[in-house]
Amino acid sequence: MALKASTLKVGDSKTLVVVDDLTRTQIVMYAGAGGDYNPLHTDDKFTKEIAGYPGVFAHGMLTMGMTGRVVTDWVGDGRITMYEVQFRVQVWPGDTLTATATVTNVYNEGGQDYADFDIVTLNQKDETVLIGKATAKIDA
Amino acid sequence: MAADRFPVEASHIMMFARSIGDPNPIYSDEEYAKKSEAGGIIAPPTFPQASAQFDPDYFLRPKIGEPWFGSGKNATGVTAAPGGGGGGGGLHASQKFEFKRPIRAGDVLTVKAKPGNTWEKEGKKGGKLLFSEHIQEFFDQKGELVVTVTMVGVQTSKVVTEG
Repeated sequence: MALKASTLKVGDSKTLVVVDDLTRTQIVMYAGAGGDYNPLHTDDKFTKEIAGYPGVFAHGMLTMGMTGRVVTDWVGDGRITMYEVQFRVQVWPGDTLTATATVTNVYNEGGQDYADFDIVTLNQKDETVLIGKATAKIDA
Repeated sequence: MAADRFPVEASHIMMFARSIGDPNPIYSDEEYAKKSEAGGIIAPPTFPQASAQFDPDYFLRPKIGEPWFGSGKNATGVTAAPGGGGGGGGLHASQKFEFKRPIRAGDVLTVKAKPGNTWEKEGKKGGKLLFSEHIQEFFDQKGELVVTVTMVGVQTSKVVTEG
């Protein structure tokens, strides 16, 4: 069910709510699986009293991980060749994030078809939390 | 700083996929995955991050018997918190993954760190910004490159609270 170069057009896009009301528990799950136990993400006391932030916030890599689904759900499994993002603003517990991937190029290189995507993830205040790009192998 | 040996286990992939809220059965259901185009359980694109679990020196994991800078009885377990403590500190600016192929359950990866660039910039809201790039290459059990990861961190001189 992979995408086809013959039917995919520049400007085609998909949007997905990748998290609705982000919980502190999900941030803890990410710390446990990913191995980044920085207390900034799970330890409110440290984060407020020592680091000086209003409270814990999500790992950037949790936002990147959640956002990736908008591309992998669309292009199929194991087809991504590049995925990069820049983090813009922090993601806090309670945030709802909506990711959009838009086709920017469809091309053939060395006999393989590829699609390039622009990615943007917004929070519930329509602030951009992350922008990025991805490339995936597609069928002819 | 990198993992000498990163064994990729199906249960670790399942837990990682759950934590990023991705219900795709390709990350957890062996029977489904075998019949799929991928031919077996693969890892989500950002899974290379989890190699931190296998880095013996990873500084953001408490070490048994050593003080930890997070809270216990007190707000921090050390006298001087990393990153300046009193404000500002390290944040993640950008991240890039370049794949030769997806990571698969059963892979045993070796991670090699490569030096990256550093540069400085005046920030709009964070004062002076110091960027530093960290590159890691992940090789498989046959010695073939699977993924290259480029992370850019930024040290800010003020606390950033937008968002």
